[in-house]
Amino acid sequence: MEERGEFVIPAHPQEVWDALQKPDVLKECIDGCEEMTLTEEGMFACVVAIKVGPVKARFTGTVKIEDPNPPHSYFLDVSARGGAAGFGSGRAEVTLTEVAEGTRLNYEVQGTIGGKLAQIGTRLIQSFSRKMTRTFFDRFSRRWVG
Amino acid sequence: MDAETGIGASVLRKEDARFITGKGQYTDDISVFGQTHCVFVRSPHARAKINSINTDPAMAVDGVIRVFTGDELVEDGIGDLPCGWVVNSKDGSPMVSPPHPPIATTVVNYVGEPYAFVVAETLQAARDGAEAVEADFDILEAVVDTATASSSTQIHENAPNNQAYDWELGDKEATDAAFENADHVTELDITNNRLIPNAIEPRAALGSYDAASSTYTLYTTSQNPHVERVVLALFVNVAPEANLRVISPDVGGGFGSKIFVYAEETAVIWASAKVGRPIKWRADRSESFLADAHGRDHVTKAQLALSSDGEMLGLRVKTIANMGAYLSTFSSSVPTYLYGTLMAGQYKTPAIYVETQAVFTNTSPVDAYRGAGRPEATYVVERIVETAARELNMDPVELRRKNFIPPDAFPYQTPVALEYDTGNYAASMSKALELADSDGYAARKAASEANGKLRGIGYSCYIEACGIAPSQLVISLGAGVGLFESAEVRVDVSGSVSVMTGSHSHGQGHETTFAQLVSDRLGIPFDSVNVIHGDTGRSDYGLGTYGSRSIAVGGSAIDKALDKIIAKGKKIAAHMFETTEDKVNFAEGQFSYEGSNEPKPFAEIAGAAYIPAVYPLDELEPGLSEKAFYDPKNFTYPAGSYVCEVEIDPSTGVTEIQKFVAVDDFGNVINPMIVEGQVHGGLAQGIGQALLEHGIYDADGNLSTGSYMDYTMPRAADLPDFEVDMTSTPCTHNPLGVKGCGEAGAIGSPAAVMNAITDALGVKDVPMPATPHTVWETIQQGA
Repeated sequence: MEERGEFVIPAHPQEVWDALQKPDVLKECIDGCEEMTLTEEGMFACVVAIKVGPVKARFTGTVKIEDPNPPHSYFLDVSARGGAAGFGSGRAEVTLTEVAEGTRLNYEVQGTIGGKLAQIGTRLIQSFSRKMTRTFFDRFSRRWVG
Repeated sequence: MDAETGIGASVLRKEDARFITGKGQYTDDISVFGQTHCVFVRSPHARAKINSINTDPAMAVDGVIRVFTGDELVEDGIGDLPCGWVVNSKDGSPMVSPPHPPIATTVVNYVGEPYAFVVAETLQAARDGAEAVEADFDILEAVVDTATASSSTQIHENAPNNQAYDWELGDKEATDAAFENADHVTELDITNNRLIPNAIEPRAALGSYDAASSTYTLYTTSQNPHVERVVLALFVNVAPEANLRVISPDVGGGFGSKIFVYAEETAVIWASAKVGRPIKWRADRSESFLADAHGRDHVTKAQLALSSDGEMLGLRVKTIANMGAYLSTFSSSVPTYLYGTLMAGQYKTPAIYVETQAVFTNTSPVDAYRGAGRPEATYVVERIVETAARELNMDPVELRRKNFIPPDAFPYQTPVALEYDTGNYAASMSKALELADSDGYAARKAASEANGKLRGIGYSCYIEACGIAPSQLVISLGAGVGLFESAEVRVDVSGSVSVMTGSHSHGQGHETTFAQLVSDRLGIPFDSVNVIHGDTGRSDYGLGTYGSRSIAVGGSAIDKALDKIIAKGKKIAAHMFETTEDKVNFAEGQFSYEGSNEPKPFAEIAGAAYIPAVYPLDELEPGLSEKAFYDPKNFTYPAGSYVCEVEIDPSTGVTEIQKFVAVDDFGNVINPMIVEGQVHGGLAQGIGQALLEHGIYDADGNLSTGSYMDYTMPRAADLPDFEVDMTSTPCTHNPLGVKGCGEAGAIGSPAAVMNAITDALGVKDVPMPATPHTVWETIQQGA
């Protein structure tokens, strides 16, 4: 599965960068996120409840920030397991560019899913992840638009 | 004969009253005292090394009794699941059969492969326990694609190039020569889409161990309980055969997928002794998609050599067959002896050469599915014949007629091993054309065009080989079992009759058909015949039901036992008439002697058999019960002509089947209504394959079509009113003259549908299933 996109956030890259490192901000913006804790520098543990079509599960995962280049770019390594519902893993490249309106954030994700999620959710997963991403950035941008 | 219940009468099915009122007894309807429940923990990965399995969290779940891993079965001497037919490669080497432990131990090779199972007090607790099992895997690169499997990462240590075997049949040199002398060569590259069986009843098993008698009883959804028993005893080492009883009660459809010996019933019967309580498992639908053997999945290159006037001179077929991750019970025979041998079709093509490379992939095992090899063969032959006719600008009907094996050429030895005993292909074709109103086609096509629609017509003239036999031939070709059938006819004191058959009914209506046969031959009321099947404790060894074999082999065994009953009845009657048995006649349920004007009805002789007053017991044993084993001399060869007419909406790509005519030659028919029902079901499945059904894996080996949201089963609205009729050339080598009808519809129909669609679109090929999307894309590419 591959996905890419961009969002413009009405804030300076450094502000965006800082906010993206904060567990409470991430928790607030990720739809269904129940827990988000910083376990060590650049490493988060999270619990996210999701529903993709008929598959409903609580995913436990880790998010690791790699090659950080503040406030310009970093990579995210994500892996999550949802028990019988399946599992997912992926790597995302995030770049921040200063633009007139604030910051343009570009992302590029390559991921795989498996288990029941793959068996009965394949057709839904793309639109699900788009919706989840859009929700994230809508909520994230609202911090500044208020 | 009773015209209402005898041979040839459309008697309503005895079994339907209980089925349609919910009184059938399926495996899951059976519960035994102390029963526990079982859930399998299945691999979410297509290919991975198992580093560790932690069952502790599962054991901590309330209600969980035991959690088993594959290692425990190995330690207890439980063997691999075997493949029962050894196919040799061209070079004479036997096929490669990778180790197939029922419960994976060190590696998993397809999504859904079980690596542990949880036994609990309730189904919910077993589910929770299964979810709590933790396993650590190293995920490995998966092989998914049939065509490129042999050049991909090697899956099994003992299978270089992921190859199980590279098999051939026919005369290569003669075929090469035929191509050299040909005026025209038609080439066709086609795929036969992977199908996933969907019996209405999912597989289930209930195993119990009785410590007092050291015996095991397994209720399961098997099409052949005796084969299940012998495999579990002899190969898997669950228990001595005599201590193992296998019962297949009512079974809701099989289509081949319930022939095989699977991990689940092996696990529950074995574990019932370990737990000391009965264990039940029933698949849910999503589980069935992963855990049942799939069907078809061939990639084929075919070439047909012809003379300029349409004489078929030679056929070359090269097929890659996807076996999935392991060799399932009869998988190896499907793309070889049930496929290559059918490449002559209904034609006198003198030279044929077939090659089949069987490959492993990280997908569910592939095995027999309704038709098993013969639908794939028919698809190749009938698609290329139709394509050749178009290339030569000949009427596809005329090209076929020109090449049919004529009725006076039987018995006919084909260049691919089989000897057809009888047939009249032109007769079926003529009847089909008449029913299809082929003369009116041009007008119908014009009317469709006036409405902006595309209309096409397609033909398919299939042949199949049913009732695989004789045993000695198939054993010499690698089969690990004989292919006869057994029957016992037990006459009661009152003259009613119980029939114990080794055939198994899972929808076919044997309780009715076999009762018709017995009542007809003995001249006794239909209702006084009781047919018993599916229990190794009640009937002698049997081979079960698959390959349309039940009436031809199982029915013939009953017929043979009836001969013995009548012969003994004559002996008893002779004593009553005070004459010799050669002077006694038996007809219409009466034993008669010309010196007496008082014939003895069958029931009277039955009574005399058990109240032995009139005959000397040192010459004649009391009782009237006879057994027979019948081993056929040859396959039977049902054949038929199918015509399909489709209308396609070019703006949406939606194909509508407007007419489907099936004319089959099944030889003699016992119950025309049941036979017609079998044809209807087969057609629905064949049309499902052509238009709707497709088992798809993604590049990582996840089954993308693992539910009814993505795997489309045919529904009533997808199907036309079938026009079904028959011709008859009775089988020459079984006593009933019957051929078998269970698979024909699924064998003949895909080619007819696809020939019609390609005709409508004016293209050489459209891949199955011809979904609206595929058809629409084909139209766009041409535009």
